Amino acid sequence: MSSAAKRYAMAVDTRRCVGCNACVIGCKTENALPEGGFRDWIVQEVWGTFPDLAMQIRSERCNHCSETPCVAACPTGASHVADGGAVLVNPAKCTGCKACMAACPYGARYVHPGGHVDKCTFCLHRVARGDDPACVEICPTRSLTFGDTNDPDSAVARLLRARRHEVVRPEAGTEPNVFFLV
Amino acid sequence: MAIGRRRFIQIGAAGAGAVAASGLATRFWGLDGDPVPDPRTDGDKVVATYCELCFWGCGVLAHVKGGRVTKLTGNPHHPLSNGLLCPRGAGATGLLYDPDRLKRPLLRRGKRGEDVFEEVSWDAALNETAARLEDVAARHGPEAVALFTHGSGGAWFKQFMKAWGSPNVGAPSYAQCRGPREAAFTVTYGTPLGSPEPLDLANARCITLIGSHLGENMHNTQVQELAEAIGKGAGLVVVDPRFSVAASKAKYWLPVKPGTDIALLLAWMNVLVEERLYDAEYVARHTAGFDELKAHVADKTPEWAWAITGLRPELIRASARFIGGARPASLVHPGRHTVWYGDDTQRERAMAILAALLGSWGRRGGYLAQARFPLAPYPLPDGLPHHPGERAKADLPRSGGYPLATEVLANGLCDATQPGHALYDLKAWIVYGCNLVQAMPARQELVEKMQHLDFLVAVDVLPSEICGWADVVLPEATYLERDDDLSAPAYKRPFVAIRQPAVAPMYDSRPGWWIAKELATRVGLAAWFPWKDAQAYVATRLAASGLSHEALAEKGVLLGKVEPTCEEEGLPVSAATDDGKIQLFSKELAALGFEPLPSYHPQEEGAAGTFRLLSGRAPLHTFGRTVNNRLLAEPYPENEVWLNADAARSLPGFELRPLEQGEKVVLVNQDGVRSTPVRAKLTQRIRGDCVYLVHGFGQTARKLSYAYGRGASDSALTSRYKVDPIMGGTGMNVNFVRVERAGEAA
Repeated sequence: MSSAAKRYAMAVDTRRCVGCNACVIGCKTENALPEGGFRDWIVQEVWGTFPDLAMQIRSERCNHCSETPCVAACPTGASHVADGGAVLVNPAKCTGCKACMAACPYGARYVHPGGHVDKCTFCLHRVARGDDPACVEICPTRSLTFGDTNDPDSAVARLLRARRHEVVRPEAGTEPNVFFLV
Repeated sequence: MAIGRRRFIQIGAAGAGAVAASGLATRFWGLDGDPVPDPRTDGDKVVATYCELCFWGCGVLAHVKGGRVTKLTGNPHHPLSNGLLCPRGAGATGLLYDPDRLKRPLLRRGKRGEDVFEEVSWDAALNETAARLEDVAARHGPEAVALFTHGSGGAWFKQFMKAWGSPNVGAPSYAQCRGPREAAFTVTYGTPLGSPEPLDLANARCITLIGSHLGENMHNTQVQELAEAIGKGAGLVVVDPRFSVAASKAKYWLPVKPGTDIALLLAWMNVLVEERLYDAEYVARHTAGFDELKAHVADKTPEWAWAITGLRPELIRASARFIGGARPASLVHPGRHTVWYGDDTQRERAMAILAALLGSWGRRGGYLAQARFPLAPYPLPDGLPHHPGERAKADLPRSGGYPLATEVLANGLCDATQPGHALYDLKAWIVYGCNLVQAMPARQELVEKMQHLDFLVAVDVLPSEICGWADVVLPEATYLERDDDLSAPAYKRPFVAIRQPAVAPMYDSRPGWWIAKELATRVGLAAWFPWKDAQAYVATRLAASGLSHEALAEKGVLLGKVEPTCEEEGLPVSAATDDGKIQLFSKELAALGFEPLPSYHPQEEGAAGTFRLLSGRAPLHTFGRTVNNRLLAEPYPENEVWLNADAARSLPGFELRPLEQGEKVVLVNQDGVRSTPVRAKLTQRIRGDCVYLVHGFGQTARKLSYAYGRGASDSALTSRYKVDPIMGGTGMNVNFVRVERAGEAA
């Protein structure tokens, strides 16, 4: 199966990103998220004291980790690893017990008013037809690049080879697949 | 890797795929498949139109499913969106489905300003409006009616005013926003910049932002180009008392003392001239007055500017050398909201002169030439009936002044309601789509001026603050529910875009074209609106221009001819001034009694323990227009007052219990005006002598049920303003506030 060889990942260019939240609103409308529900969000991290300051702006979402504490914690099998390594929740199997939320080091999940836990899907419904995730498509600064890191010619693989990058909380040992270009 | 329990269940699930695909859950989890969730928000119908969540006018695609707009995406063909959107554009459904929208016409029942209304029919509301306007015209002449307008639907009301016979048509987007810039560039280069500005950010090697906070100020195309420039390795120089998002990406951040920008600009010019970093050949060929400029800046050294701006001379020199080193692709961004200190035309002049020294006007990576898509006007018949209004506009005081105003002054139109202030008094206002209560400084004065009016009609989508002061409120349909005139602003790539409805108007709201036409009909001016509807109007214009309505409706935008936009593309550098030269030294200003070269004059300081109040933008919001939009407000529901964390430790009144992060405070200005409670953001990202609020919050309109009472309004605290003597803009960064803990008496 060719899809088994795919490893979906995202590169977020923190130099380009201005933290405008277009990714957040684009996600909310694409995925018809409920009020209070977010699958992605903006973090501004500031270092230093006036006037010697630095700031990193990150568009964050589920890291679709290679090691998945959320899947391990799920008692019903609702949290699972899908095509390309994307971590999904099957709402039909989810009881809303929040074990996955406790296990996730990134706070990437929330409880949907429908009673299940919801999170970023990498927009697999769009990816399946060859489109980028909604956040990637809308981003006015073109900060987001999605693709298959197992394909050395993909834009994301090239970027990750060319640019220095980091992940959020590497010490959690989850091997994230959302990379922040610095 | 060993097969764990879950993997085993997944294997089991694959066998049950047929059950899951048929939509039948087995109720036995292990046997259910894991389908890829599809929210199915793609439209059955996709309508191309242009956005109105701000005034940039990006091309959007509205996805419509089951009669509802599900989402908006960028139109890839439109040169302002290039397929990408800012959050506001993406969040337009939050406006369309805002439960607080104006739903039916309203007639005032209480006292003016009490916000007590009765719902009436369109007939009743329009008849009342027509009768009241005619009464004003009969008693005071048609010119006694003024129109304030912001937004594309305003075009229909401008047409009404033309028919009606009043020249008093203004917008706060001039004298409360970009006016000083337009005046300064007109003096220097012979042309205002307009919107969208013809800047070549994408190809700049150095971008200098002076108080402009692109990235938070979210004009889509400019932010796209800024990111592109950063991606290509361009360097940013950011002058801002606040460590803005742009500052965080800058090679040089200059945390200038507020109000001293002109001193910095002169010092930069001093370095460019002294070190011969300016484009001597360009200056010799294309400019006039260099010798005067050279003498003027000779003693404006970085050391001189240090004491004024608080910026180290080494920083001023290093940034000047960087700016000079990147020329001509060294873009000094002209800014947009430029009404700060009342000497704003002179500051913008200094920026325009700096751009000329860098040789960036007419060059790649600088200021480009722009053109309009050629479109025929609607052919109106001759001999249309006309009111006899012959008087000049009333936006100036009787004593005159503001000789270089290039547009009508909205503040002047407000002043003209004050009996005897202008050549004649304004007696009625039509306010289309602009909340003057937040747009204008000195709210108390505005309220008093409105009480002098015989009649005020507001046309709006939401029950904004100004609606509360109206006699009649007319509910307009949102941009997603209406046709409008074509959008074809001057731009580096000419284009024409179409506005068309994605869904029918909700409630009893009506498009602006319909309201204006109905109003005109009721005052005997129907002949000025001969079109059946806006679609017919647009069709006629397109046919007269030899364009296909069908193709435009399908694609949303048509592109004009590619013309050279800069010297590198074969277009000679030129200025539209009288002598064709860029006016470094302005004889025009000198003749009018103004300084022909910009000079630094100290601004008034605040009392001890007070902070200069500054304001700006958040990327999710367009002034106060979006603060009730639930979708956009979710990530940014209220503003915070930015306060330097170290300064907060020594705040007067907080000795016993220091101010904490996120605690609510009240800001009290020099005139005793108190803000609504607002959370304190204690941060290193701002100087200790100023505080910062994002504009648009602190809404006093109760009918904006979400936004009401959230955050604080900078404009409510702007009880003082300093008028720019050159063009009449209202400088608003001249107010000082002290900080009080919320809930504690003064």
